[in-house]
Amino acid sequence: MTHRPLVHDWSTDFDHTDPQWVADPFPIWERLRHECPVAHSDRYGGTWLPTTHELVAEVAYDTDHFTSRSVVVSEVRPTDQDLPAPIGVAPPITSDPPFHALARRLLLPAFGPNPINALEPYTRALCNELLDRIGDRREFDAAVDYAQDIPLRVIARMLGFPEEDADRFRYFIRLVLESVDSTAEERQAQIDGRELDDYIDARIAEHLEHPRDDLTTFLLEAELDGERLHPDHVRGTMVLLMIAGIDTTWSAIGASLWHLASHPEDRARLAADPSLMPTAVEEFLRAYAPVTMARLVAKDFDFHGCPMKEGDWLLLPFPAANRDPEAFPDADHVVLDRAANRHAAFGLGIHRCLGSNLARMELQIALEEWMKRYPDFELAAPENVTWSAGQVRGPRTLTVRIP
Amino acid sequence: MRVHVDPERCQGHNRCYALAPELFDIDEEGNAHELNDGAVPADLEDKARLAEANCPEYAISITE
Repeated sequence: MTHRPLVHDWSTDFDHTDPQWVADPFPIWERLRHECPVAHSDRYGGTWLPTTHELVAEVAYDTDHFTSRSVVVSEVRPTDQDLPAPIGVAPPITSDPPFHALARRLLLPAFGPNPINALEPYTRALCNELLDRIGDRREFDAAVDYAQDIPLRVIARMLGFPEEDADRFRYFIRLVLESVDSTAEERQAQIDGRELDDYIDARIAEHLEHPRDDLTTFLLEAELDGERLHPDHVRGTMVLLMIAGIDTTWSAIGASLWHLASHPEDRARLAADPSLMPTAVEEFLRAYAPVTMARLVAKDFDFHGCPMKEGDWLLLPFPAANRDPEAFPDADHVVLDRAANRHAAFGLGIHRCLGSNLARMELQIALEEWMKRYPDFELAAPENVTWSAGQVRGPRTLTVRIP
Repeated sequence: MRVHVDPERCQGHNRCYALAPELFDIDEEGNAHELNDGAVPADLEDKARLAEANCPEYAISITE
């Protein structure tokens, strides 16, 4: 858990790793929307936080004043050496225009509806394999025993990695995303350790020797302006796909199951009418959007009266935008058949989540197969549910009981 | 009724294509465009409104 002082004033000293934020951020954002739509904190060397849909969208669209060179807030600020502009460590998420569009267009076709729909039978079989493994247990951890392994194994398959590396994947994800809690020295040691890079390099070497039909080989053979991608680009993009493709969807599946386990009327309604699933999936994505992005202020400027300085962090909470009552009527209420839903769970603007079709497919299949197997379930111990700290929010312990 | 996708605003969320494939198509990079010059048959007007109301980027416009 966090070693930082607890937050007492959210408008001047917020911290997205504070236990109160981790457990239930929604009332915090609601208060800030009224009292201080752009909050500031001195933590992490200076961080801003917009909380309305309008302001979150404005930042997302403004790539002149806000750079994506680092998208995970931490005590360590990136230097030019760590993050060679314009590529950044994990293109295209850490890239700015105009390079961003080149790196992104390369990947887009692989994540369109057709290639993603082709993964549906595999995903459905995988969900059933995990449910079979749970067997006749009446109490188990839905986050660990079910939700986590679905995106983990789908991404491993897409990249052509050995499925038996699942445990190593979990470790790397924690290392990169949840290490916000570690001290500056610990984090620097991890960065210097190059553990993840070494793992990826081994997979790249293996694919160079034995090319095959997967994303790793696709990246190795891809060309920009008639030239193969720089090895740093290939490695960075593979890291991005692993990190961005697993923790996030794991969180979305887990949070949706948490909602159904703790809201019996919604669970019963969805069990009785599976045709609600498509709108329910969008509504879970809106209400429990897992991902808060971040930007670095690119140059000193005044943003709605806030004196932003070059190098300040800015947290970009799409989950808060999704709960803004100005943008969504009855925003704090999950409405399974909400018809109009312009939610920003996958971001807004040029960095729209590359894997949104994949994430939607995985979430829908995971919930469909779960509901077929377990139309009736509940939280075994609501007080024991734990949520991840950091910029990806989802349940990490979710013990459910099958009555 | 006619629908139009603003190509400058569309970021490839593919919501319109999922909700109303009779009215919208996408290219290989996921960017959407309207079919049939945007003409909406009377029996698809509800679908057109649904697609418009689910575009996160406000890229779809409807004229009646």
